[in-house]
Amino acid sequence: MAGSTLVLKDLHVSIEDKEILKGVNLEIKPGEFHAIMGPNGAGKSTLASAIMGHPAFEVTEGSVTLDGQDVLEMEVDERAQAGLFLAMQYPSEIPGVTNADFIRSSINAQRGEGNEIPLMQYIKKLDKTMEYLEMDLNMAQRYVNEGFSGGEKKRNEILQLMMLEPSIAILDEIDSGLDIDALKVVAKGINSMRSENFSCLMITHYQRLLNYITPDYVHVMMNGRIVKSGGPELAKRLEAEGYEWIKEELGIKDEAELNA
Amino acid sequence: MTTDTQHSLDKSYIESYSKANNEPEWFTSFRLAALEKMDTLEMPKPDKTKIDRWNFTSFKQHTVENKAYDSIDALPEEVKALLDLEGEVKNLYVQLNQTPGLLTVSEKLKEQGVIFTDIFTAVKDHPELVQKYFMTEAVKVDEHKLAAFHAALVNGGAFLYVPKNIQVEEPIQAVFVHDNADAPLINHVLIVADTNSSVTYVENYLSLNVEAEGVANIIAEVIANDGANVKFGAVDTLASGITTYVNRRGYTERDARLEWSLGLMNDGDTISENITNLYGDGSIGDTKTVVAGTGKQTENFTTAVINHGKRSEGFILKHGIAKESSTIIFNGIGKIEHGASGANAQQESRALMLSERARADANPILLIDEDDVQAGHAASVGRVDPMQLYYLQSRGIPKDEAERLIIHGFLAPVVTQLPIEGVKKQLTEVIERKIR
Repeated sequence: MAGSTLVLKDLHVSIEDKEILKGVNLEIKPGEFHAIMGPNGAGKSTLASAIMGHPAFEVTEGSVTLDGQDVLEMEVDERAQAGLFLAMQYPSEIPGVTNADFIRSSINAQRGEGNEIPLMQYIKKLDKTMEYLEMDLNMAQRYVNEGFSGGEKKRNEILQLMMLEPSIAILDEIDSGLDIDALKVVAKGINSMRSENFSCLMITHYQRLLNYITPDYVHVMMNGRIVKSGGPELAKRLEAEGYEWIKEELGIKDEAELNA
Repeated sequence: MTTDTQHSLDKSYIESYSKANNEPEWFTSFRLAALEKMDTLEMPKPDKTKIDRWNFTSFKQHTVENKAYDSIDALPEEVKALLDLEGEVKNLYVQLNQTPGLLTVSEKLKEQGVIFTDIFTAVKDHPELVQKYFMTEAVKVDEHKLAAFHAALVNGGAFLYVPKNIQVEEPIQAVFVHDNADAPLINHVLIVADTNSSVTYVENYLSLNVEAEGVANIIAEVIANDGANVKFGAVDTLASGITTYVNRRGYTERDARLEWSLGLMNDGDTISENITNLYGDGSIGDTKTVVAGTGKQTENFTTAVINHGKRSEGFILKHGIAKESSTIIFNGIGKIEHGASGANAQQESRALMLSERARADANPILLIDEDDVQAGHAASVGRVDPMQLYYLQSRGIPKDEAERLIIHGFLAPVVTQLPIEGVKKQLTEVIERKIR
């Protein structure tokens, strides 16, 4: 894949008639790493879920395009096949389906009938990737996320990311619930994906993750909008000073300038 | 089925059938006694399913004649698919309608004194065993009309006896093929595992080319004596026109262990009873059942484990799906009798409805008549979790395929337990066909 460009324009998203996103604009180009930070309830996870097509969220206005294609017209699986990937904050458990079978089905669904990954090639890649992520190889034969600890689930999301090799990955709080060693491993996995063909949108509360994965752009989200954008230094200032200063700064500005 | 095709069922018919079948006198008398009781007995009453209008007893002719198979090679492909043909000797019984079609028993088993044969050979050659256990300990002739009907008219089946202290390593397999709906399948399987023996038995009920309406009345009895360990697997795939009553009953003595893995995949209306009586202290009964309802069929599955013995333990796990306009009813009964101190009764029943018209019901029942016990139940009826679908789809798996994976996963706890690879594969394929 030659990398993709994801463009959000004036995206409004509601859940049960409550508007959560109130006009989000964002462009992610091939090779770029973006971070979205913000306080609880700002709409960060809603943004991730809406891009992937979570059934509970309704897009009421605006557009999402991937290389010019209308993402909002696609089924969830078509979005994945087009190159999008979401590492979920709360991955589902699928009893009775082994991790190995699940990942292979995913890869083959994306490769299409007649072009399935040869079994040996798959097993080698899976073993290698699991070793890279310092995962117990037995986890391949366990049922998807069933009985996994919080940290194991996150690692399993990154395993899928590395196996599926999407062009754009959205990581929804991939750092939550990880101790520092696990965080380093997860970051190592994500960094290994870095190339001009891969871009990433990281959603996080904390600067901590960004110590290990340096973003090119940092955006601050509040009340359903991106209110400020900058470079990695913005994240450092948020870590040191919190969000209050932004609120104060924005409190005196009118809304039209907030989205600039 | 119209009434003018009703086979006349009377004393003289049974006498002549029994005679033609070279049955010993005690078995003829046993049949006749059952026939006499039949009219006075009531039909079984499966909870939550009305069966008044179902035909369980009317048929055109009692038996059909078939030719035996010359060899394993001559078996129908559908039967061959159930066998692990890579292994060498099979311990295999194949029955075609009422005819014993093929029997192979390994030399090793014969040397060990294991008896595996069709039921009527056993009635003739091993009366001391058959007479002791045939509908005496597990299922009783006078339980209800269908038990008495069965005893009076049984026309096929198999017998397995494992002597004391014998461990049978390779699984023993029976395949009952039904390809002529004119004659009912009134089949009896009797398994006796003597003290401290162990054995794995797997049976298949298979309809081939049957489009017509017909009747199946199946009873399997498993006697596990002190310390015996029996694994019983079954996959039923009788056709949509066949109305089935199937009763699989177990009886465990002290420290015995009986494990059931049942893939109940009939396409027709079915009443299934699977009851394990844990008589002996410390004995264990473990029942795993998987079902799939399709079309317009109605199926009722009663699973019960009854703890009589002290420290006996009963486990019930049932998973099922209901598609199209089918109805599946799960009745799970954990019963702890007075005196069964330290007993444990656990059950879990889960059903998934895959269409708006499908109906599923899970009724967990705990009946406890002793203080010092453990018991628990879990039951759920629902639809495929949209979050699971979303998760799988978010990896590129199309919705249909995602649903298929979730259903296979949902049924896996039972499927993976089946002891013969060929049968496990067949069950997976049957499920695949049913959920498509």
